[in-house]
Amino acid sequence: MAQKQLLGKYGEDVAAQFLQDRGYSIIDRNWRCSIGEIDLIAKYKSRLVFVEVKTRNGTGYGHPFEAITNSKVLRMRKLVSQWCSQNGALGSEVRLDAIAVLVRGGRVGIEHLKQVF
Amino acid sequence: MIRKILIAKAYAVSLLGLAGTIVEVESEISSSLPGFVLVGLPDASLTEAKDRVRAAIQNSGLKMPDRRITVNLSPASVRKHGSSFDLAIAVSVLAASGTLKPASISKWVHLGELGLDGSVRRINGILPSLIAAKLAGILHAIVPAANLAEASLVEGMHVLGVSHFGEVAKLHGAVLPSSDHWQPIDVQVKTAKAEVFDHRNFINLDMSDVLGQQEAVDALTVAAAGGHHLLMVGPPGAGKTMMAERLPGILPNLNLDDALETTAVLSISGRSNSTNENLIERPPFEAPHHSASVSSLVGGGMGMPRPGVISLANNGVLFLDEAPEFQKPVLEALRQPLESGEVIINRSGGTARFPAKFQLVLAANPCPCGHGYGSGRNCRCNDQQRVKYLAKLSGPLLDRIDIRLNINAASPAQLALARASGSHSVSSAELRDRVTVARKLASKRLQGTPWQINAQVPGSYLRKHLPLDSRSVIKLEDALDKGRISMRGFDRCLRLAWSNADLEERNQPNQLDVAKAILLRGPEDLLIPRSDSK
Repeated sequence: MAQKQLLGKYGEDVAAQFLQDRGYSIIDRNWRCSIGEIDLIAKYKSRLVFVEVKTRNGTGYGHPFEAITNSKVLRMRKLVSQWCSQNGALGSEVRLDAIAVLVRGGRVGIEHLKQVF
Repeated sequence: MIRKILIAKAYAVSLLGLAGTIVEVESEISSSLPGFVLVGLPDASLTEAKDRVRAAIQNSGLKMPDRRITVNLSPASVRKHGSSFDLAIAVSVLAASGTLKPASISKWVHLGELGLDGSVRRINGILPSLIAAKLAGILHAIVPAANLAEASLVEGMHVLGVSHFGEVAKLHGAVLPSSDHWQPIDVQVKTAKAEVFDHRNFINLDMSDVLGQQEAVDALTVAAAGGHHLLMVGPPGAGKTMMAERLPGILPNLNLDDALETTAVLSISGRSNSTNENLIERPPFEAPHHSASVSSLVGGGMGMPRPGVISLANNGVLFLDEAPEFQKPVLEALRQPLESGEVIINRSGGTARFPAKFQLVLAANPCPCGHGYGSGRNCRCNDQQRVKYLAKLSGPLLDRIDIRLNINAASPAQLALARASGSHSVSSAELRDRVTVARKLASKRLQGTPWQINAQVPGSYLRKHLPLDSRSVIKLEDALDKGRISMRGFDRCLRLAWSNADLEERNQPNQLDVAKAILLRGPEDLLIPRSDSK
């Protein structure tokens, strides 16, 4: 696996652990369909939470959140409805979150934005 | 969930004409994906501020908040335009993110355009903006260093000139990594020095250059003393333009209020000012070409009203050379500003009021070919052409012009005489002193009235409150009876007589002043009759 994918995988692991520590249960990871991929799908109380994880080492190319563009957001919305229809969850309460994982010199910073899309 | 409220407020000024409105630049940082939204009726150049502000902040060694930033320009119903909001937006954003102290920034009004390197660049309209801020009670201002001279003209304001955004951030309590981070790249906007190309700075325009036109120079002096509008009719080469260019030179310096007004109009027009952005104390001189459009002359523009040439000539001289060549609507558009001394311009972007107290000087040839003077032997125009040519000037516009002067080319004898008396020809400085004295006398006499110079005083007031002695009145009435002057001309002559008297430092016009006034007023009909001795 290339360096980039390794970092992404590591970031998603960290994010999943972060959510589990806060009482979320992870339902699915790296769910794919023809349009794209959802990094994490979790459940918090009765609510479905779809999470986009962005991992960076260093902010030389900007903050991880800045990589989540408008078109990415629009794609996420489509993906969510796809997932819901395939998993019989249409009509349930959903939320779209973003998690930034910043790896810098052995230290890992996590930022969690709720209800972003 | 308790969320820290991340809101900050800075102040800037939005200008519409010369009237400024204080604009609150509010920033809010919400926990959402990074973005920068600018709301509150910004125009295209203001929307671009987002990118300038981001780059300027980062290149000053500061951090742009990586959350969604919403900047609101309030009152949201007022249209904003231009780049002068950059500085206020930048400090507002950084204060909302906690980098700057919100309490510190809201004490100041911030005006300036930001460069990508963080440099603070000059903007137009500093003077009217600061006057608006002062009226609104904000007495501290941060302005671009390049505008500092102009900004210091506003009394009672504490003005700070800055050349880099880092200086502003430091003032408001930012901790900067190191100041060499924001050494501005030395991008000097290369502007050719206006002075070098302005011939007026090389050829000193002095009235003593005018040879053998003593009558015309006298008439110009009277025009200057009373602020009378002037029409010069004469053949090409007689010196009409030469004399008109020298009229501002014999006008006295502007008083402080007028100077501020003139500087303010120049400031919003964005025209560079050869006197180094300080207060303009000399009356301006504007000579638009005869192809000028109505909106270039009286003001206008797309969407936002902009001042026209007549407002740039405010408190100075507007010279229309070849006046009959101007389009008729252009000349007619001058009537209303001539009457009210201001012009109100309505555009989709708003309504602006600009001052337009100018002294109008018109120059015209006697006929389209220019040779219809004297015996008219060389004139190639037929009667119809001649009538049509000057008819463009007739009517309401001419009614507002007190002095109608026929200028003939100086004869060889006059020139010889003028050369012989060489050193005796009066200089502009001498004439200006006389005009200054005359204007002082007039304003003293007119104290307690809304007028300062003779040209503004209506005839009815002069007849009622400042009557002439009986022998002078008889002279005027005689001219009226013989049909040399009309009833309106009668009033104009009264004003001119007072200007003559002021120049001679007399308390009351005598017969000579009245006779001179009748002469200056000229014939009612502009058309010079052509002797048919061909």
